[in-house]
Amino acid sequence: MANAGAGPGSPAAHPAKAPSYTGRGGELMLLIMVALIVTGALTLVELNQSRAVSWDLLWYGGAFLVVYAIAHMVVRSVATYADPVLLPLVALLNGLGLVMIHRLDLAQKVKAITSGQPVPRAEAPVQLIWTGVALIMFLVVLMVVKHHSHLQKYAYTLALLGLIFLATPAMLSIVAPKLAPRINGANIWIRIPGFLSIQPAEFSKIALIIFAASYLVTKRTVLSTAGRKVLGIVLPRARDLAPLLIAIVAALGVLFFGKDLGTALLLFGVFLMMIYMATGRVSWLIIGLIGFSGGAYFAYTKFSHVQTRVNIWVDPFGDPTGAGYQLVQSLLGLGTGGMFGTGLGAGRPDFVPFASTDFITAALGEELGLAGLAAVLICYLLLASRGLRIGMAVKDNFGKLLAAGLGFSLAFQVFVVVGGVTRLIPLTGLTTPFLSYGGSSLLANYIILALLVRISDGSRRPAPPVAPKAPPVQLTETPTEMVPVGDLRNSAWSDSDHGDRP
Amino acid sequence: MNRTLRKTGNVVIVLIVALLLNITYIQLVKSDAYRTDPNNRRILYEESSRQRGLITATQGVVLARSDASDDSYRYQRSYPGGPAFTDLTGYYSLRYSPTGIESAQNDLLAGESADLLADRVGDFLTGRDPRGGNVELTVLPEVQQRAYDLLTAKGLTGSVVALNPQTGAILAMVSTPGYDATPLASHNDATQRTAYNDLLNIETTGAPSPLINRATSALYPPGSTFKLVVTAAALSQGYTPETPLTGVARITLPGTEGATLSNFGGETCGNSGGQDVTMTTALAYSCNTAYADLAVSIGADALKRQAAALGVNDESYNIGLPNGDRVAGGLPVKGSGVGPIVDDAALAQTGIGQRDVAMTPLQSAVIAATIANNGVRMAPYLIAKTTGPDLATLSEAKFTTANASAIPAAVAAEMKQMMITTEETTFGAGQIEGLQIASKTGTSEHGTDPKNTPPHVSYVAFAPAANPTVAIAVFIENGGDQGLAATGSRVAAPIGREVLALAIASQR
Repeated sequence: MANAGAGPGSPAAHPAKAPSYTGRGGELMLLIMVALIVTGALTLVELNQSRAVSWDLLWYGGAFLVVYAIAHMVVRSVATYADPVLLPLVALLNGLGLVMIHRLDLAQKVKAITSGQPVPRAEAPVQLIWTGVALIMFLVVLMVVKHHSHLQKYAYTLALLGLIFLATPAMLSIVAPKLAPRINGANIWIRIPGFLSIQPAEFSKIALIIFAASYLVTKRTVLSTAGRKVLGIVLPRARDLAPLLIAIVAALGVLFFGKDLGTALLLFGVFLMMIYMATGRVSWLIIGLIGFSGGAYFAYTKFSHVQTRVNIWVDPFGDPTGAGYQLVQSLLGLGTGGMFGTGLGAGRPDFVPFASTDFITAALGEELGLAGLAAVLICYLLLASRGLRIGMAVKDNFGKLLAAGLGFSLAFQVFVVVGGVTRLIPLTGLTTPFLSYGGSSLLANYIILALLVRISDGSRRPAPPVAPKAPPVQLTETPTEMVPVGDLRNSAWSDSDHGDRP
Repeated sequence: MNRTLRKTGNVVIVLIVALLLNITYIQLVKSDAYRTDPNNRRILYEESSRQRGLITATQGVVLARSDASDDSYRYQRSYPGGPAFTDLTGYYSLRYSPTGIESAQNDLLAGESADLLADRVGDFLTGRDPRGGNVELTVLPEVQQRAYDLLTAKGLTGSVVALNPQTGAILAMVSTPGYDATPLASHNDATQRTAYNDLLNIETTGAPSPLINRATSALYPPGSTFKLVVTAAALSQGYTPETPLTGVARITLPGTEGATLSNFGGETCGNSGGQDVTMTTALAYSCNTAYADLAVSIGADALKRQAAALGVNDESYNIGLPNGDRVAGGLPVKGSGVGPIVDDAALAQTGIGQRDVAMTPLQSAVIAATIANNGVRMAPYLIAKTTGPDLATLSEAKFTTANASAIPAAVAAEMKQMMITTEETTFGAGQIEGLQIASKTGTSEHGTDPKNTPPHVSYVAFAPAANPTVAIAVFIENGGDQGLAATGSRVAAPIGREVLALAIASQR
């Protein structure tokens, strides 16, 4: 991609000069390409499903392009220097998700008609509305959060809100089960009757990542140096870690009782990686993994639903029509898809229960084949790498940790859900960012996108030109200043990569 | 901190690469295993979205075809031949296991057969959807249709089988009642289910089931047509057509305390007044007393040997219909047999085709065909050839001899003459001007109360007698439209004669 040439180093090297190339033109070109790909995909679905193509498809494709072009225009005005690859990557994933959800709608419709059942509500139009809402949310976040450092002020508030939000479904399920029904064995939903359902964990995830970034930035020096050395591992001091530990334990505990294993695994992995990123200490990873192993073993021995998941993972074909049905159908679908897939609209992804949510990558793998699914995974790899890239380019540590944490969370979520669907790891149940059907997921992931766009704009935006007319100040006339040591440590310019090395 | 971010980048790469390796393993290495896994219903749907091959009769008449459809299955299977051909084609349903040729030749029709490998590679390279190969049957479509119409016009339950005696090719194979296969191939689940349940429900009402192929799967007591087997055994032992046999109206079964066996109508044989008659006369007038006596004279072993040589020994023919485990429509050919023959009383009853003798109409036709073919028994077959999607021949039927000396040629020649005489003394409508037929009728008792149960009636024949090109067997259950008064000559013979004449005409 040509626009990627505007590397993060260039604005820093010449802070006074605005880069002549913002990347916005490239972004628009990429969006047009994405619109063409998505329209093509939709055309394939129509061809394979109804053997006919209508001009409507052009309208759909055009509307898709217009919606993202509006988003592009807003980015152009409020985040001019943002990474130009983020929005097109998300548009591609979101578009493919919409096409696949529409394709599954058609399958459900045929199934309902041939078996004489009432046709279920189509999911694609709902998802389309959510896409619109999510894009609006994307723009609102971009406009409200003028600079990512503003978020740091609300870190503790966000943490508290995040935890409360996270705990709500499990709590509500005790108090008012109707508002938080147990769906597929987990309490992860808040249902507002007659209106909509919210999966609060998706939003808590973001709040907790912001909190973790903020907390770790202020404590990173202590965390990376202080502590007693035991068996070659420097143990952290409890008081340094307490707030984060409390947040982690509370989050995991709540998720455990809500049986949302996927989110628990996701949050744990992201927090652990963020601690490592902040401190550079491998010992944290080791401690974390030991703790995780213990927790996982405990959960396996104590909870039947964890045992079921593990047993299915070990031997899905042991009960191919019962407990293992979903995973078996997913694997058979992927195998049938083979290298190039059955073609969009020509496979049977609807054989897999929950194909439009947890198992949407299995559906894509069946119809687009290894080639298509690999391309989708590479999109996520690019997206996550961009997040980390933005982290490296941005100058303040909060921004670094936030961008990297969000980027890593995307990749790790994809790993957990796709790993589960493809039997690499036990199935835990999570949405695939931007692809899966579901409003909460879409909304939350567009907030993540907005934050990444915002941080990347901050990292690439040239420093405001130094006022040239200021008269040179005589050094002798300036008073001396006291600089607090703590501030010095945490200020952006004092940080350097070399400083981390022991 | 950039150092740890870069390392985190490596972790992300490791995570995604792990996923990529895993899906590569699933979608490339394990692909075939998963594709063919018995839990994978996708293959059935994939087959149904592929252009399945044709099933045709001779003269290019299409019995089953796949037309492009505008729903998601892409091709709609239909059976333009109608119910007369359903027992041959079977049906191909999304819901129910296929039957008939659809089942037996599924791999070829679906394009999965190894014979089609070259076509598949070609289709793959050109990006064309794989198509199925075609099956051409040996049946003469108008003969099949006429036979079906003759049976159904009078509401008869039964079967007609016509063979080419020189090759064993099945020229017609009809079973009634029939049914339409097209609704079973519907893409509408409800239509399929209704059609299938209707067929099943017929059985629960006690009416004859359309799902049974009576030509190959129903075993009937052959009655007097079995006298042909006894005749062959006797002639082979040195008896001649002129050998005198008893002409009495009634005999006592040997070894029983007065259990009697009498001729039809309680008459003496051919109005002989009880005098001895020739074997020719006994066969022509189908005298039970004479043949019961004859069977006892030649002995059970000779009779069993002759029956076995003619295929009446639980032999199951492979005519190209399914014999394997994908049989739902009762299509494998059942083996015919003479039963255990425990004593002379049983032997006497066996001699007139009763007791434990059980034969399929196909087997009866094979016996007629063997006599017609100078005693050489040909294996019956149904598939003339298979072709690829491009109509290039993949395989062609080679007719095979099942038993080269089932009957000595001289005996066969004598029997042919006896059967010509039999046909001449047989009443019933439908004699064809200028066509010499050799035949034998049968009227067989069955059931728990044989005297008050309408008999099964049958007619086996071949023609033209001088140089037979068609052999047939007609079996009608429970007296057909004549009830207790039914005989083979009244009910079965007219149908047999018409089918013979038409088959000879359309062979040319």
